[in-house]
Amino acid sequence: MALMDKHALIERNATLLLVGSFLVVTIGGIVEIAPLFYLENTIEKVEGMRPYSPLELAGRNIYIREGCYLCHSQMIRPFRDEVERYGHYSLAAESMYDHPFQWGSKRTGPDLARVGDRYSNEWHVQHLSDPRSVVPESIMPRYAFLKNVPLSPKGFSTQLVANVDVGVPYTQEMIDNADIDLAAQANPSADTSALTKRYPKAKIGDFDGNPQQVTEMDALVAYLQMLGTLVDFSTYDEAGGYR
Amino acid sequence: MRYGAEIAWMSLATFLALLGAGFAADAPFRAHMWVLFAVLAIGTIVLLRNVSFEPEQPVDQSAYMDGPIRYGAIATVFWAVVGLLVGVVIALQLAFPDLNLEPWFNFGRMRPLHTSAVIFAFGGNALVATSFYVVQRTCRARLFGGNLAWYVFWGYQLFIVMAATGYLLGITQSREYAEPEWYIDLFLTVVWVAYLAVFLGTILKRKEPHIYVANWFYLSFIVTIAMLHVVNNLAVPASFVGSKSYSLFSGVQDALTQWWYGHNAVGFFLTAGFLGMMYYFIPKQVNRPVYSYRLSIIHFWSLIFMYIWAGPHHLHYTALPDWAQTLGMVFSIMLWMPSWGGMINGLMTLSGAWDKLRTDPIVRMMVTAVAFYGMATFEGPMMSIKAVNSLSHYTDWTIGHVHSGALGWNGLISFGAVYFMVPRLWNRERLYSVRMVNWHFWLATLGIVIYAASMWVSGVMQGLMWREYDEQGFLVYSFAESVAAMHPYYVMRALGGALYLSGVVIMAWNIFMTIRGHQREEVPTTGTTPALQPAE
Repeated sequence: MALMDKHALIERNATLLLVGSFLVVTIGGIVEIAPLFYLENTIEKVEGMRPYSPLELAGRNIYIREGCYLCHSQMIRPFRDEVERYGHYSLAAESMYDHPFQWGSKRTGPDLARVGDRYSNEWHVQHLSDPRSVVPESIMPRYAFLKNVPLSPKGFSTQLVANVDVGVPYTQEMIDNADIDLAAQANPSADTSALTKRYPKAKIGDFDGNPQQVTEMDALVAYLQMLGTLVDFSTYDEAGGYR
Repeated sequence: MRYGAEIAWMSLATFLALLGAGFAADAPFRAHMWVLFAVLAIGTIVLLRNVSFEPEQPVDQSAYMDGPIRYGAIATVFWAVVGLLVGVVIALQLAFPDLNLEPWFNFGRMRPLHTSAVIFAFGGNALVATSFYVVQRTCRARLFGGNLAWYVFWGYQLFIVMAATGYLLGITQSREYAEPEWYIDLFLTVVWVAYLAVFLGTILKRKEPHIYVANWFYLSFIVTIAMLHVVNNLAVPASFVGSKSYSLFSGVQDALTQWWYGHNAVGFFLTAGFLGMMYYFIPKQVNRPVYSYRLSIIHFWSLIFMYIWAGPHHLHYTALPDWAQTLGMVFSIMLWMPSWGGMINGLMTLSGAWDKLRTDPIVRMMVTAVAFYGMATFEGPMMSIKAVNSLSHYTDWTIGHVHSGALGWNGLISFGAVYFMVPRLWNRERLYSVRMVNWHFWLATLGIVIYAASMWVSGVMQGLMWREYDEQGFLVYSFAESVAAMHPYYVMRALGGALYLSGVVIMAWNIFMTIRGHQREEVPTTGTTPALQPAE
């Protein structure tokens, strides 16, 4: 076969082999991934999405740090059983400000995409501190130490600035008030009217039950309590979102 | 002066690590820089103690450079033991959650330690060592770049240590199989470019007219991993003296980029590179040429072209647009063909030498590896079918699938290559014990079968329990009930993993004694000396 004989050329020329194999492996990524950045229907039109509040973002960073994504997905598939178990199937729009995404790949524990508002703050603190005291079958590790690690609000604005650099629409006002907002969200007696204006639907409270200080437990519970609560599904156009 | 420049560079790096610790923006970064400082300081002291002012001996440029390969073979065995041990520990954590020790040894921090240790530390060292071994012998040329090969070896070990300690400190990007943070990624990029330079440079100065097929696979593995690593790890650090960075992409684009990387960590790191091993070590061990030259050409180009498309099958029924899911599924199914083309080429190389399966446990190990490759690359396309995936996704079935590939294919072919190389690298007549290879083979095989079977059962059961409805239309099981049902399978899985680990411990002893120059007195394995019967 003539084509096969021509292959000898590549076998004798390392540069040709290098360039050839590199070109061959680029094609798939270009065809598959690149269009996701410019096809407008990739992300559905929804109402309610906003960037994470500073406390939620701090909680999200703890969620990532502890590897929660290794056992918990945040992606509800459009099946009857999943929608009944966890709620409305997940939309691409719901993770549009997630750098990185936390869809997960394994459900050793249940999906968390809509865990927000499902349990009380007290339940979360108890469950994170000693999972088997509330769910006897659970095999989750204990995270009691989070209650003892104070969260320093100082300099948190750098985290927001880095998010702006990758495209999250934090305003200058949000960045300037990051440290204040972080502390205020975990303090029920603080004036939070400006905070809730900047971050609508943000949950305010002493999440960990310890008013003395803002801890990592406050941040993680604040994050869990907002998961899946932002999008207003009463205004969502199901057929328009299909792609 | 020997090591003069190396000591200067190492001292500078040690000082920079100290500065990093001093000016750290967050506590994990500070701890991590102290680790780096300690490692580099020890390295500098070792170099200082070995300084020599003797005039340097001229290096024999016609001889092969086997020093980094000897170290690489030892590192391969060492990291295999470590990575598998962590695997057994986290398997036990899932069965007995009280084994989690917060915060450093919780499952969430240990799991990336396991995956990185087995894929990048064990698998990576096996790839670097064998690629250096194979490229020199098939090109009849000494490694290019002098001490650059040593830099690749030690730089790669430093990457492993920094990644591993980082996970336990909670430093992670949360990108599966690409967890290390931005500064470790940058360092690995430099090491990887050096690796490419050594490998490609050696091919360029070859004395053979043809580039041997194993080197095509190694080369495409090195180049593709470079592309995947750079694109997938694009991120903006929050501080240049901090451990936290934010991925450049978000949500759906980020997810597909990650699984484009993730699946091709399997496709190129764990497949193309290891096929390079197959194409060299199987023909050498059975003393036969590769079955089909044409098949290897078709196999190579179709495999590397199709693998890169398969990423979306990790995102079936998610918020990824349907067209991308379907495209990923179609290519994943087509991928079955080149995968089996490679398997056939490997297995049929034994044509006329099948009797060696009976007499040579190393051949048996290599052939079983290729057989597991075939099984895993059938199961993979099947699981990428959306209907199957709707059941298997998010369950232990995926874990079972990965391990039949990783333990069966990657593990066994690497062990075969190590058993092949070590006696030759240290000029030993033979291994310390061939019977121990046989023990290793059976412990490993039994371990894989127990592991995979228990994960198939638990995975399918999990998937079915989640979707089971009663006649009134209610979900039958709570999630917690499905967790409780997994317990016996998690115990069995840990047992399978422990059997596999015990085989590797036997290998470590065998390799250690071989390097020391001992030969175990033992009866030859069955069939090695054909018992001649006198004619009646």
